Amino acid sequence: MSRQNKLPVWVNAGLIPLINLLAAFVVSALVILAVGENPFEAARHIIYGAFGFEEGIGYTLYYATNFIFTGLAVAMAFHCFLFNIGGEGQAYIGGLGIGLVCLYMGDMPFWVILPCAIVGGAVFGGLWAAIPAYLQAKRGSHIVITTIMFNFIASSIMTFLLVEWLKKPGSQLPETRHFADAAYMPKLHEIAHAMGIELAHSPVNISLVIALLCCVAVWIFIWRTRWGFEIRASGKNAEAAMYGGISPARSIMISMLISGALAGLVGLNELMGVQHRLVVNFTNGYGFVGIAIALMGRNHPLGIVLASLLMGALFQGGAELAFEMPTMTRDMVWTIQGLVILFTGALEHMFRPRIEAFFQKSDKSDSASCQGPEEQGDEA
Amino acid sequence: MRHDGKHAASPAGGGPPPAVELVGLNKSFGPVRANQDVCITVQPGTVHGIVGENGAGKSTMMAMLYGFYKADSGSIRINGETVSIGSPSDAIELGIGMVHQHFMLVEPFTVLENVILGVEGGGLIGTSLRRARKELKRLADEYGLDVDPDARIRDLPVGLQQRVEILKALYRGAQTLILDEPTGVLTPQEADHLFRILDTLRAQGKTVILITHKLREIMAITDNVSVMRCGTMVAHRATAETSQEELAELMVGRTVLLRVDKQPASPGECVVSVNDVTLVDDTGRKRLDNVNFSICKGEILGIAGVSGNGQSELLEVLSGITPVKDGRITFKGHDIVAPGLRANPQELRRQGVGHVAEDRHRMGMIMDFSAAENTILGYHCDPEINGPLLMDLDRVDKRCAGYMERFDVRPPLPHLAASGFSGGNQQKIVLAREMEHDPDLLLVGQPTRGVDIGAIEFIHKRLIAMRDAGKAVLLVSVELDEILSLADRILVMFDGRIVGEVSAEEATEQQLGLMMAGIDAEPEVRA
Repeated sequence: MSRQNKLPVWVNAGLIPLINLLAAFVVSALVILAVGENPFEAARHIIYGAFGFEEGIGYTLYYATNFIFTGLAVAMAFHCFLFNIGGEGQAYIGGLGIGLVCLYMGDMPFWVILPCAIVGGAVFGGLWAAIPAYLQAKRGSHIVITTIMFNFIASSIMTFLLVEWLKKPGSQLPETRHFADAAYMPKLHEIAHAMGIELAHSPVNISLVIALLCCVAVWIFIWRTRWGFEIRASGKNAEAAMYGGISPARSIMISMLISGALAGLVGLNELMGVQHRLVVNFTNGYGFVGIAIALMGRNHPLGIVLASLLMGALFQGGAELAFEMPTMTRDMVWTIQGLVILFTGALEHMFRPRIEAFFQKSDKSDSASCQGPEEQGDEA
Repeated sequence: MRHDGKHAASPAGGGPPPAVELVGLNKSFGPVRANQDVCITVQPGTVHGIVGENGAGKSTMMAMLYGFYKADSGSIRINGETVSIGSPSDAIELGIGMVHQHFMLVEPFTVLENVILGVEGGGLIGTSLRRARKELKRLADEYGLDVDPDARIRDLPVGLQQRVEILKALYRGAQTLILDEPTGVLTPQEADHLFRILDTLRAQGKTVILITHKLREIMAITDNVSVMRCGTMVAHRATAETSQEELAELMVGRTVLLRVDKQPASPGECVVSVNDVTLVDDTGRKRLDNVNFSICKGEILGIAGVSGNGQSELLEVLSGITPVKDGRITFKGHDIVAPGLRANPQELRRQGVGHVAEDRHRMGMIMDFSAAENTILGYHCDPEINGPLLMDLDRVDKRCAGYMERFDVRPPLPHLAASGFSGGNQQKIVLAREMEHDPDLLLVGQPTRGVDIGAIEFIHKRLIAMRDAGKAVLLVSVELDEILSLADRILVMFDGRIVGEVSAEEATEQQLGLMMAGIDAEPEVRA
């Protein structure tokens, strides 16, 4: 008796997430009330901070770019039913690849550096993910455990490299020298300026375009190619995959390589776009937020873009809020972000049964009769 | 004229009230009306059969009686009193016990520990174990239910595990016992033994509700039988006054052919030969033990056996899923399976080995995938549906629509998730996938498990048609009827070995049953 009750698409993809989001905001409002502030005013600051002026929008999009990369990475692995918790470490090591390209190819033109940096980030991130993937595929070591541990290893390796080998000579800071100008990722306001449009200065750069292209590529790969089919089959039912001649071990390797590669591209935005050097801890938790993004976005590239925008807005608007209302500290902002993740991701099914029941009652009219062959035979 | 009017009517003569009475039960799951105005009256001290195709609503009705679901409307009466059953513990309190199709036993625990599970009563386990041991002894004597209370469940054969389930229910004071498809996993001898137990239970005044799709069992053991179709009760009969043919017709709503019509086989040259194949699992147990046979064009070779005696492993080796270290298999003159040869189901499919997996939920399909996606599983690298990079999904859909038309899959929607189809239609999708690629050898495991009668007829015809088209078919089934009516030659497997070969004309159920239980191979009788 496993008949599925299909809901209209707009309910599934629109109404339910919206109700979840509203629930998150209601609870957030209660929290804000509890610390003695006006929730409407807080909301106004967040919305204004995130979308109210050009610079704010720029920052929102800049944060969203990171989230798209890491969210896609988690989703990619999840289609093979792997929880890649290692996005943080993969982004970090991927940044090493990007940093090395930018440091040592600085005298090349940008259009040579960019593809090399993309390959560098993807290869470093991918290979970093490949180790836990191999351990999972061949030795059965659980990927959740190994990827978590690999975050710490990545962090230690990067600190070591930045302190011992890559540090700018004569500096105390664990960071490299600045990249050559040719390795700077063009910002959108710079491009707009070149075309004669004036935009406020903000860090959003063409990595955003690369991130969106990755979304399209991931979508095509997962749902339109035989490799995506193999990965999804392995993820849904490994035994059925083997029955179909698909090697689950191979699917694990492929999906984790791509997953790590996507996470590895965070450096395009952070390093080439903003920092212009390799610095310690530049990933700043974006890899972990990617898990929430994938959860909220239902592992679908479009959902991931929307979830990234939402989180980007909360990051940027939250900063504005902390600035405008002193009682709303950074921790309060994190609480709100946490509530959003909780309601839109983890508690996704809380309202679903009731909403399903509501919509089923409304179309009782076409109450399906028995699916038995003879009934339909009579109709035919 | 037949009377269907036994509905919910209390016996006229003031005898004991019915043990169970369901009156006008309704249950919907979303738009699906699983039970509509279902009425049934079960007299105490009888065995009452309930038959119906898959999805007819039998399980839903019993789930309401056992407290898994709450009825939308209608009432339940136990011993004449209207009751409300909100959970299985309510049902147990009212003296209803259930033996599920899939046993609910903790395998590493002993029989005794399983029996007291959930009714330990008191903080110290020792007291309840002692009490249970005494009670178990009494039950064993009274009903002929002998089981070693200290044996671990995982060491017991299925027949005995089932007995433990019955004991569990009786230990909880069940007066009415519901058995859901109890004989699916038993040899004919074990099934006979179960029926003797049910006889004893009936003689001791217990009431038994037997859910099955095997009409032969209904005729053998029940006093009354109710037929369900499409969520409704279509008829109640006294078993003595009905026949298998009539019940089948009531279940399906039209006349069905219970016998398979087929011409004698005309086997050609051999296409497959299996030589000395031995398979040892990780724990060192021989799953396949020196298996030798061959299959010719234009014949159906049946493999009979109680499930778990190596048939699944045989299918997996033949289809290239499991590699072997000993022995080799040749197909159309060259090795497909041999030590060191990396067999791959996809490659074997390309060479013409189709495989309908025994268990479509576990292996043959991906339930979350659409029907169309399921029709390319194992054939997804076929150049016909692939460009250099992208898959031609329109083509996949079109091909799937074609399969659905030719195999009469309903509803014919390629984008519907596989889980949205009934068992029979799921199986037709799997069969279509494997048959439409025109294999020279078709491996078929349990082709009609969980499939309704209408679809069984269709699937059997298709298999015969494959054979008549000169293909080799290997049929693995635990349903002896199926093997006997379809196969041209029958091999019996026991404990990984082929213990005998019989031609289908000469084989009898008794003879096969004894071989399946390993009687001539092992003196110890299993049931």
